[in-house]
Parts: sequence; C-alpha cells; structure tokens
Amino acid sequence: MKQFDYVRPATVAEAVAAAAQPGATYLAAGTNLLDLMKGGVSRPVRLVDVTHLDGLDQIEHLTDGSVRIGALVSNADLAHDAEFAKSYPAIAEALLSGASAQLRNAATVGGNLLQRTRCAYFYDTASRCNRREAGTGCDARDGENRTHAVLGWSENCIATNPSDFCVPLVALDAVVEIEGKGGRREIALDELHRLPGNTPERESALEPGDLIVAVRLPAAARGFAAHARYLKVRERTSYAFAIVSAAAALRIENGKIAEARLALGGVAAKPWRARAAEDVLRGVAPTAHAFQEAAWRALTDAKPSGDNAYKIELARRIVVRALTLAAAGTPARIPALPASPFASTSGAIHA
Amino acid sequence: MPELNLTSAPAHLRHGSSIGQPLTRRDGVLKVKGQATYAADNHPPGTLFAVMAVSSIAHGRVTSLDVAAARRHPGVVDVMTPDHKPQLAIDPEIKTNPFVFRMEVLQSNEVRYANQPIAVVIAETLEAATEGAVLLAPRYETLPALVGLDAGESFVPPVVGVGNPTENHRGDVEAGLASADKQIDAIYETPAQYHNAMEPHAIVAHWDGDSVQIDMPTQGLMLSLARVAELFGIGHDKIHIRSPFLGGGFGSKGLMAGPPVLGLMAAKLVGKPVKLVLRREQMYGPVGHRAPTRQRLRIGADVEGRLTALDHHARTVSSTFDDFYEPAADASHTLYAAPAIRTSHDAVRVNTGTPLFMRAPGEATGSIALESAIDEMAWACGMDPLAFRLKNYAEVEPITGKPFSSKALRACYDQGAARFGWSKRPLQPRQMRDDAGLLVGWGMGTATFPALMFQAQARAVIRRDGTGVMEIGAHDMGQGAWTALAQIAADELGLDIDSVEFKAGTSDLPDAGIAGGSAHTATAGAAIHSAGAATIVKLADLATSDERSPLFGAGNAGVIARDGRLIRRDDESRSESYAEILARAGVAEVEARGTGAPNPAAMEEYAMHAHGAVFAEVKVDPELGQIRVTSMVGAFAAGRIVNPHLVKSQLFGGMIWGMSFALHEEAITDRRSGRIMNANLGEYHIPVNADVPPLDVITVEEHDPHVNALGIKGVGEIGITGSAGAVANAVWHATGVRVRRFPIRIEELLTPG
Repeated sequence: MKQFDYVRPATVAEAVAAAAQPGATYLAAGTNLLDLMKGGVSRPVRLVDVTHLDGLDQIEHLTDGSVRIGALVSNADLAHDAEFAKSYPAIAEALLSGASAQLRNAATVGGNLLQRTRCAYFYDTASRCNRREAGTGCDARDGENRTHAVLGWSENCIATNPSDFCVPLVALDAVVEIEGKGGRREIALDELHRLPGNTPERESALEPGDLIVAVRLPAAARGFAAHARYLKVRERTSYAFAIVSAAAALRIENGKIAEARLALGGVAAKPWRARAAEDVLRGVAPTAHAFQEAAWRALTDAKPSGDNAYKIELARRIVVRALTLAAAGTPARIPALPASPFASTSGAIHA
Repeated sequence: MPELNLTSAPAHLRHGSSIGQPLTRRDGVLKVKGQATYAADNHPPGTLFAVMAVSSIAHGRVTSLDVAAARRHPGVVDVMTPDHKPQLAIDPEIKTNPFVFRMEVLQSNEVRYANQPIAVVIAETLEAATEGAVLLAPRYETLPALVGLDAGESFVPPVVGVGNPTENHRGDVEAGLASADKQIDAIYETPAQYHNAMEPHAIVAHWDGDSVQIDMPTQGLMLSLARVAELFGIGHDKIHIRSPFLGGGFGSKGLMAGPPVLGLMAAKLVGKPVKLVLRREQMYGPVGHRAPTRQRLRIGADVEGRLTALDHHARTVSSTFDDFYEPAADASHTLYAAPAIRTSHDAVRVNTGTPLFMRAPGEATGSIALESAIDEMAWACGMDPLAFRLKNYAEVEPITGKPFSSKALRACYDQGAARFGWSKRPLQPRQMRDDAGLLVGWGMGTATFPALMFQAQARAVIRRDGTGVMEIGAHDMGQGAWTALAQIAADELGLDIDSVEFKAGTSDLPDAGIAGGSAHTATAGAAIHSAGAATIVKLADLATSDERSPLFGAGNAGVIARDGRLIRRDDESRSESYAEILARAGVAEVEARGTGAPNPAAMEEYAMHAHGAVFAEVKVDPELGQIRVTSMVGAFAAGRIVNPHLVKSQLFGGMIWGMSFALHEEAITDRRSGRIMNANLGEYHIPVNADVPPLDVITVEEHDPHVNALGIKGVGEIGITGSAGAVANAVWHATGVRVRRFPIRIEELLTPG
C-alpha cells in the first residue's frame, strides 16, 4: 500500500497540529479507514493515531443532567454501560444493531460519527464519484442505486450516511465537541454532516485538524427513556447496513405526546431529523392515525434518486412502526435482536 | 502428510467397524489451534510477494502501464507484463481437454472482463507489491461491455454443464400442455453468484531448476499437476503439489485458474519463491462463478393433479472467450413423473470471467425454479404441495424411463413432514401469524443430486508391526476427507483407525480424482476399498499357503480381516495377527493398489441419484417485508452414510446455502461498466449466524447395491437443492406474494398496507 507517516501525538493539541497538515487524517479504530486505504479510496500521507490520547474514553454524567461521551469510548462499551443504556435506550439499541460484535468492540464513538458512505461507486475507484473526487460526476445516479438516498440528495450525489448510532443521537439533540486550530468549539450533530448540494466532497462541517473529542447529550434527552426505540430494516438479520432505519422517542404525559423526536437513517447523506413530523405529534394522543400523519409529514419531500422509490413507502412504514413501538414503552431489556423487526421473536439468539 | 498429527479417535467409540461412526473431524484440533498449514501459511526462506494488477474495465485493451513508476517503488523487485514474462510451453488459449478452461496469464493486452489480471508486481513485502500494482496506473482503450442476460444475440450452445445435451425431450410437451386442465407459465431469474470460499486462491511457488514445489489449495491435485506440466513443459515427476487443507473450494478450486499460474510464472521470472494470494475482490473474475439464469417453466396438470407436461427452458450466459453453460433446465429430468418433458437452453455471451462449476451447478439454479413452479402448479390445482409431489412421484427416472438404483424419497417426504409438522399447514397463503403478528409461512422442496463416480487410485500397505498405511491424493476442503476416508481405510484393512497411517493431500500420492460432483467419498472410498481388499488378499496368501499358520488351507475366501488379525471364516477360533504372518514370512510389508471407477453397466441400467425433502418455515414482517427463516428440516437419502456427524454438517451447510440462494446472494453488476459493485463479504450477503435457524437433518436409511461397492451416494451439494425452493415457497405461503426473481428482496413484499 501507499507509504504513509504514522504519528502518535501525546496531547490533543499535538494531534490537532499534526492532523492540520494537508493529506493527514485521524486514525482511531480504523474499522472504516483501513478498508478505505486498502481499496485505494483514501490515500492519506499521514495517519495521526489518537487512540493513545488520555481522557477521551470516559462516559461522564454531568451535574446539569447531561452526559458526555468521550470520542474514544468504544461502541460496545457505550452500549453495554448499564446506566447509559437505561437513560438512552434507543442509542444503545442502535449501537447494538450495527456491524458485528468484533467491529463494535473496536469502533469508537468519534469514528462512528465520521464513517463514510457505503455507496458502491464511492468505493469503486474506477467509477466517477463527486464525493471521492470533486467534479468527476456521479455514476450512482444512473447506476445500481436501489439503496440510495430519497431525501436531501442532489444530482451530484445520491449517497447515504450509513450510521445507526447517529440516528437516535440526532433525534436527541446531541452536541459534538470539537478541538481545532482555533481551540474548542461545539456544534449540533445535526450540523456535522452536510447534504451534498454542489459540493458533495465536503462531507462534514469539520475543518482540517478538527478532532471530535466528545459527544454530549443534553439533560432533556433523558426525558424520553420510557418511550424510545430504534428500528432498522436490513437484508439480513445482522451485519448489514440499514435499507431504512428510524429512531423514535416520545415524552408521554397524561395520555398525550408532550414531545416527540424522530429521525431516519439510510435515507440521506446525513442522519435525517424529521422535525415537521415531530410537530404533528406534539400534544396529540399516540394513535395509529397520528403516527400515519407523522410518517407522511416525515417523507413529504422524499423523491426517488433511482430504483429506490420503495424506500419512501418503506420509510413511512418504519416511522409508524418505530413510533408505535416507542409508544408501547421501552422494553426492560434490549432485545436479543436489537432494532430488528424480529426483536420480539421468541427464542431469538443474539445477533 | 507425516507432519500432521491428527486427533485420535475418542475412547468411547466402538472399534472394529469405523464406517458409520460419528467421529469428530481428526484435523479439528489442528485447525482450532491454528496449526493446520494452509497454502498461504507456507513461507520458504527468501519468499517474495506477488500482487496482481487487475483490469477496471470489462472489455477493451490495456494501452499503457507505468512500469517504471512501479519499479521505482522501494521494495519492488520486478513487474511481470505481457512484454516481460517467462514463456509458457503452450498457448493458454488451447483447450487440451474438456476440463481445461482458458485463462488470462498476460498472453496479450486484451481485456475480456473486469478484474482480469493485467500485470503482476513482485516485491520484498506485500505492501510494496500492493502499492506497485497501484502505481502501474493502467490506461485502456475501452469498448462497450456486454452485460446481462439480454446482452446480445442468443444462441444454442453445443452442450451444457459437462457434455450434457442442450436439449432433451420425452413425449409430446405441446400435446400434454394442450390436454391439461390447469397450466402455469412462469419465468424465474437467478443472479450471478460467487463461490467466496473463506480461503482465497493462493499459491506459494518455489522453482529449483526445472522442478517446482507448489503449495496451493486444489480440489484436483492431478488435474492441476497435469496443467502445470503442459503449461511449463516439464514432466509430472518435476512437480510436487501440497494441498492438505482447503478453506473451501465449492468448485472454484477444481481446475487450474489463471492466478496460480501467474504465481508460478512470477517465481520463475525472479528465480525465488513467490507467494501470490488473491484479495477478496480479485476472486470476482478470474476464478469462476455461477452464471445468472432466466428460466421459463410451463407445466400442465389434469383434473386429478397429475402432470401432463413439463417444459423447462433456461437462458444463461458464458464469457466471450470460452464455454461453460449452467445446465439449469436439466433439474427437471429426474424428479416428477410428467409423461412429456422437454428441457432446453440458450445463452448469450457477456464480458465476464468464464462461469464455472459452483456448488450444485445447474441443480441449484434449476431446483429453485422447478420447485417454485411445482408449488405454483400445486396451488393452481388446489392441492397441498406435498400431496401434489406424491401424486407425481417418479417411480422411474422420467426423462429416461430407467429404474432408480435406489430411491428412498418417499421415506424422506414422510419423515421430514412428520418432524416438521407439515400436516397442520393451511392450504391458503397468508393464514398464519405468530404472537407478535408476524406472517408465518411453510414451504417445501424436493432435493436431488446425481450419484456420480470418477476415477481414483489408492495404495495400501500392511507393515510388519501390524499397522497399515493408506495413500491417496485426496482433498479435504473442510468436508472431512481426512476423517471419512480414513474410516473407510481402517475397515478395509481390518484395523482400528488409529493403527492406519492415512496419507492424503499431496500430488506424489495415487490420483484420487477430483473432489467435486459430491463424488469424492464415493470415488476415493471405492479406490481405498479395492486397495485394502487387494492387500488383505496378499496377506491371506502368505498365511493360508504356509503350513505353519493356523490359517493354512483356509483359502483366500476363507478368512476375514478384523482387529489386525486374519480370522478363519468358518472357525473364528483359528486366527493369526498381521504381525505374526509377516514376521514368519520374513517380509517387511505387503502392499497393493486399487482403483475406484464408475460401473458403466450399472449406469446403463439404472438412474442413480440421491434424494431429499426440505421443509422450511419463514416469518415475514407484514408491513416492512423483512424475512427471517425460523426453522428448516431436511430429510435426505444418500445411500450409505460413512460418518453421520460429518454428513450432518455437510447437509446443514447445503441447507444454509439454499437459504442464502433464496434470500441473500447476488453479485451486483453495473450494467454500463460490467464491474461487480459488491465484491466483498460486507456487501455480497451470505447468511450470518443470526440468519440461520435451528436446522434439523434426518438421514434416511437407504441401501444401494448398484452405485458402488460401498453404496455411497455423496452429500456435498444435495442440501442446496430443495432448500432454496422450500424457503421461496415458504415466503409465498407467508405473504401470498410469489416472487420469481432471486434473491427475494424486501421491496417485492411491500404490498399495499
């Protein structure tokens, strides 16, 4: 493979300085990056290994009721943290529905936020891809695109963000803490990933050298713990990316929905917060009719980007189901088949 | 392999008769401990790494390679290209026998499919060779790619599969259809699939002058050896191939493909040992695959539900430069008693690596279409699918009229249905739900696979210490040859399995034939049987002709070999140990060779097939369309079962593969470029553990005196057939939606809410 420098900074400041150089990229667990490098999709000249930085692997429950998750906490450790899973069950369920146990053990919170699309044309370096190489074109647009975006896509790019984790995070107003050349700043997770527009190569709001150091969930996120689910439809029971997924979280008071949160995965270049649908649900009873209405609102702007019109109907149905499951109440334990339509199947074994 | 330290038989096992015992695989502990040496684990001193550069276009030619840039990269030793390579002794385009397929070994700049090797970079490290291949930055003159089942003018190939007639018929199909009370006419499509053995194709080649040592996984040691000999113009005695273990083959390692030949060429070019291991994505091109098919079935039945006609036509593809045609329609020859049957094939040429044998080639693709169509016909007749199959049970092979050498399919249906609980199945689809509201469906399929025999030899020895040796160049692909064949060897030599040194997996041993066609245990087993028997005859001669022996005068037919002794058949109190016989005779050992081969007279007289019945339950989310198989029962009759434990594993594997065929596997080809867009195990889906339900296998008692001396039919591939259709039929029964394009996709089941 292409030879590259490998540096292991001792401090966050050193890391930022090392990664700000052209051609540098951060390495955490490498569950995505190493595949990209092997395939020649990503050819960095320098890897800045952040896995040895101190203080980024903690789950901290802050006095204001929020929780701060260090960027180096592994997906598995976060999902299996009992207090975290109890407070944010949809997030734990989403984490456990992703990849395989081995990958979850390695993958990190920060890295997961920045995983790249699974668009086959992005991975196939002989294909034209505006995301991989600006201005070359998009071979997915008229290609094999039955799993591609139905929301927020442009003629320049129809790729989707594959993360499960990000879907409930965006629903719960997660905030991303970033260290950069200009010091520390924070942005809403909803602002982290960009829709493609005319510049699909700019995938996120990060600048060169920017390092995600933590993800924070505000105190209000905890208020949905009793009615929060993640649901993911995929083409095998485990170890597959979502065709479409949804995170639904409700605050139910006196038989009415006080507040609803809804986000979709696998439908756009970013985890898709469905605020219009949330508005429909505010103050109404959690009925099938209300959920249908919300589902229609969530997909109002959807349009097929190829052989994928079915994803719009599927997304509507997933929204209805996720809201229905959330309204029924968070199960006492995360199902053996997390986020699966078969979660309730008796005798199911762990994915 | 003397260095193999195979696990001893567990103490609880009854000794004296090894065949029929459920021994665990004797190489299991080696594998668990990482001590089983696969080809790429070998690393002679000074080994260099070779990496293939492959074509990103599917059709055209390479116009430039930046060889200088690759050579400049630190660690790169040499770059092999069409202009710089060792000469082969014969043109690789020449098909010297029907089992030779054309390969790309840098004989020209022509590109005939995506992922075709176009250069090889040889370097001191794998990393340097990998980067060298990238730095070649090939440029191409690109021609339009031929892609898909409608790529061009179709034609009727001269033969399909291995020399099968392209068309077959018996009776008048059109008259049968015209007379039918009910008819179906349906088109089914199956996608291109890739073998995806866990172990990629690999070679470590080490030349010493004109001699070469090869470590390479192969399902056919002697076929590979012969191909290496003719390509490099060297004698068979100059070649030594070791292939003690394969991490799966599934047909893709049966015949010599281009990449290992490139490894041999690279080693010759640089004069050092070279290791060449394919990357996963490089296995989607030069090492074979299962071609896509489009199959039309027209079936007629009378008012009683008896078939009047069965017409099965299959369209498939081959490459632009060679011929292999998936014999899908042939699946309709043997199962159902239609008085009129016609099967036919046509094909188009596309820019692909040549399709090849893959796990039940023809049987698997044909079976899912046939079993779906039979299910549709049963429904059209208003009959239970099992009752319909029994109504049309073939007492003789329908296409030939020959009797079966044995056929316990009725017992398979009965036992499988009873275990599954089939009798409770409602006739109408979309009737069953579970407690969670998921749709539940039950489907079935009939399994069948021919009982084949190839040619094999073995050599057996009984040594002065009373132990035995059995030598046969057999292949363990994971199916358990190290164990099952040793069990046969032990019985044939009248010894406990631990007293037999069983040697296999290298090319200096007698030719075991190819490990394919589900015929390896039968073929190699027959050779072991005859070598063992011949050795015992020699030993008996020594004893019965020596007046000092208690067996003197017993005659050859008068003794039996058991527990390391020859025993007088009519008087078991008179016996003598092998060691005593050899010691007194003053010989170090007796040895003999034996042969296994098909019996042409029996083949002429009988149709020989294994059979089975597979029952599947699926659950489908009624709104979301996601499918999960929740139970499978397979009952199989395959003659004598040498090792029930390993056989069960083989059948489990086949059933999982069948489920994968129905629900998961598909190579996605870009219709413009001809490139495969999911050439990795993340996106080319096969079932993961969570997809595999509890499986239940019943091996039905079957005695077959005709197939071979041991009565073995083979179990490697039959599990796929029947299973794929059973799952597809269960999806229909759950949902009422008949999907005829495989794998079944979620969007097909998103019926109006």
